[in-house]
Amino acid sequence: MTNWKVILSIAKTHLLTKIKQTSTAALGVTFGIGSYITLVCFMTGLNNMLDNLILNQTPHVHIYNEIEPSAKQPISLYDDLSESFNVVHSIKPKLSQKKIHNALPIIKHLEANENVYGALPQIKTQIFYIAGSIEIGGNLTGINPLDEAKFFNMADYIVEGSAKALHNTDNGILLGIGIAKKMSLKVGDRVQISPINGGIFPLKIVGFYQSGIADLDAIQSFANIKTVQRILGKAQNYITDINVKLYDIEKSIPLSKQIEKQFKLTAIDIKTANAQFETGTTIRNLITYAVSITLLIVAGFGIYNILNMLIYEKMNDIAILKATGFSGKDVQLIFMSQAMIIGFVGGVLGLLIGFGLANLIGTIPFQTEALPTVETYPINMNPYFFIIGFTFAMLSTFLAGYLPSKKAKKIDPVKIIRGQ
Amino acid sequence: MHTVLEAKHINKYFKKPVLFHVLKDINFTIKKGEFASIMGKSGCGKSTLLYILSTMDTDYEGELFLNNELITGQDRQHLSYLRNKHIGFVFQFHYLLSEFTVLENVMLPARKLAEKSAQEIEHDAMQKLKMLNIDHLAKKRALQVSGGEKQRIAIARALINNPSIIMGDEPTGNLDSYNAENVFNIFKQLSSEEGLSLLVVTHDEDFANKTDRIIQMGDGKIIT
Ligand SMILES: Nc1ncnc2c1ncn2[C@@H]1O[C@H](COP(=O)(O)OP(=O)(O)O)[C@@H](O)[C@H]1O
Ligand SMILES: [Mg+2]
Repeated sequence: MTNWKVILSIAKTHLLTKIKQTSTAALGVTFGIGSYITLVCFMTGLNNMLDNLILNQTPHVHIYNEIEPSAKQPISLYDDLSESFNVVHSIKPKLSQKKIHNALPIIKHLEANENVYGALPQIKTQIFYIAGSIEIGGNLTGINPLDEAKFFNMADYIVEGSAKALHNTDNGILLGIGIAKKMSLKVGDRVQISPINGGIFPLKIVGFYQSGIADLDAIQSFANIKTVQRILGKAQNYITDINVKLYDIEKSIPLSKQIEKQFKLTAIDIKTANAQFETGTTIRNLITYAVSITLLIVAGFGIYNILNMLIYEKMNDIAILKATGFSGKDVQLIFMSQAMIIGFVGGVLGLLIGFGLANLIGTIPFQTEALPTVETYPINMNPYFFIIGFTFAMLSTFLAGYLPSKKAKKIDPVKIIRGQ
Repeated sequence: MHTVLEAKHINKYFKKPVLFHVLKDINFTIKKGEFASIMGKSGCGKSTLLYILSTMDTDYEGELFLNNELITGQDRQHLSYLRNKHIGFVFQFHYLLSEFTVLENVMLPARKLAEKSAQEIEHDAMQKLKMLNIDHLAKKRALQVSGGEKQRIAIARALINNPSIIMGDEPTGNLDSYNAENVFNIFKQLSSEEGLSLLVVTHDEDFANKTDRIIQMGDGKIIT
C-alpha cells in the first residue's frame, strides 16, 4: 500500500533543494567506498603476488633424507646393559646417503594419490663454478625442466632462455643470474663446473635463472636430472628430493605426516615451512579492512548528521505531511530513501572511482630485482570486492538513516503545529 | 441530512506539567453541508478539540465518529488514511511545503491517496486553484506568494481529495480584513454550493455570525 512514487518524489525534492549537504554526504560515502576498493584491490594484489612468490615455487610437501644421528644407539641393542643408565658422548650421524631409496616407486605411489597434482624428483648437489683460476661454490639442482615449469611456474623465473631449451640441451645449464654477473657469462657461453668429489665438466649456458632472492641467485643453477647424475657418477635412480604439489594446500600437513610414517623420510609441509607468511597476509588484510571500515563509519556519521539536520529543518514539513494524511511510516520512508539514495549514488561513484584508481595504480611501473616477471603494481580486481563495497555503502547508509528517520516517524504533528 | 462528524463525551487531560482537565464532556454533531464555527476565549481548548477531531491527537477519552464510522481506537495507519481522504485541515499559519511549487503542494494529498492518475490529479488541482482565483500562481514556489494567497492555496490543498469536512484553526486569524472576507466567502460558497461541511475556529465575531451555527466554548466545555 506504500505509495513509492510520492515518497520518492518528495525525497528527490528534498535532496535536490539541499544539494550541497546531499553532495557532501554522498561524497563521504564515495570517499569511503573509493578508498576501500582502491586499498583492497591493491593490497590483495600485493598479497597474492607475495603469496605466489612463495607458493608457486615452494613445494607443498618437500621430501628428502635428513642426515641426523640415529635415535637408537648400538648400546641399547646390548641386553646386558639394558637395566643400566647409559651415557653416549659425541654422537655423530651415521654416514648415510642423501639419496632417497626407491625414489621412483615412491613418486609413482604419490602420483596415484588423488590429492597430488604432481610429484617431481630433484637432485641437489654442491659444486664449484670454475672460471680461470677462480672457483665459486654453489648449488646445482637436477630437474625435469618441463615439469618444473608446469607445476612450479619455473618459467616465471627464467629471465633469458627457457625451460624447453634446458630440456633439449643435454649438457645445458640454467645459470643463476648472480653467478652469470660475477663471471661475466652470456647465454651460449660455456661454464665449467666441478662436483665436490672431483672432475671438471663444461656445461653450455641455455638461460639465466632469477628467483628474486639475490643470495640464492648467486649460487643456484639448474641442469637436467640426467646431466647431474652423470656429473656425480650416479645411477639413473639417484634422487635426493621429491617435491609434491597438491590440489589443495590444506592437505599438505596430513600428507607429509603420512609420508614420514610410511617411508621413514623427512617430509616438510608448506604450512610449517612458511608459517610466518600467512600471518603477514592476515595482518595486511586486517589493515585494509580496518582502514576501509573506519572511512565508512566516518561517512556514515556524515550521513547521520546531515539527515538529523535535515529532519530538524523539516519539522514543519513533516507536520504538514502528517496532517494531510501521510503516515509516520511514509515519513520514515521519505527520509530512509534519502539516505539510501545518498548511499547508492555515493556508493556507485565510489566504486567507479575505486575502479579508476586501482586501474591507474595497475599501470604504474613497478620494477624490482626481486620480481623479474612483474612490470607494474599488481592489482587484484575481484568483482567480489565491488559487491562487498556496494553492500557496505548501502548498509552503512541504512544504519545512518535509520535513527533519524525513526525520529521523523515519531514526530507528533500536534506539537509542531502548536509550537508555531 | 446525514451526520459527517459526531463527538460523544470527549474528555482530554494534559498530564504535564500538572494534571489539567482541558476538555470536559464535549458532545456535538456536524451535518453534511453545515458551516459551523467554534468561538471561545483563548486557552479554552478550541485547538485541542480540533486536533482530536482531525484524528491527529489520539490521546483522549470518549468516542468520535466520521461518516458514522467509529474512528476512536483505530490504528495510526488507518487514521492517516481517513485524514487523507475525508478531512481537510486549514491552519492559522499557512503551512505549505516551501520547496515545492504551489501546484505540487495542492497535489500532494491526492498523490498520496493515489486514487486518480497523475493527469487527473493535476487537472483537479488546477481546477481548485482556478476556483480560488489563484491558478496563475501554480508554477510559483510556495515561498514566493503572499499570506492571503498562501491561505487560499492551503484551502485548495484541503479540498483536493473532496473531503467530507474541512476544519480550520483560526484560518483568518493572520489575514487582513480584505483577505479574511475573501476566505470566508470561499468557505461559504463551498458549503452552500458543494455541500461541504466546515468546522472553523475563529475569534472574529463578524465571521462567526455569518456561519450557520456557532459553538461557544468556555473553560473546556461547550456552552451553547
Ligand atoms: N501540550 C500541552 N501540555 C499542557 N497544556 C497544554 C498543552 N497544550 C495546550 N495546553 C493548555 O491547554 C489549554 C487549551 O489550549 P488550546 O486548545 O490551544 O486553547 P485555544 O486554542 O482555545 O486557545 C491552554 O490552557 C493551554 O495552555
Ligand atoms: Mg488555539
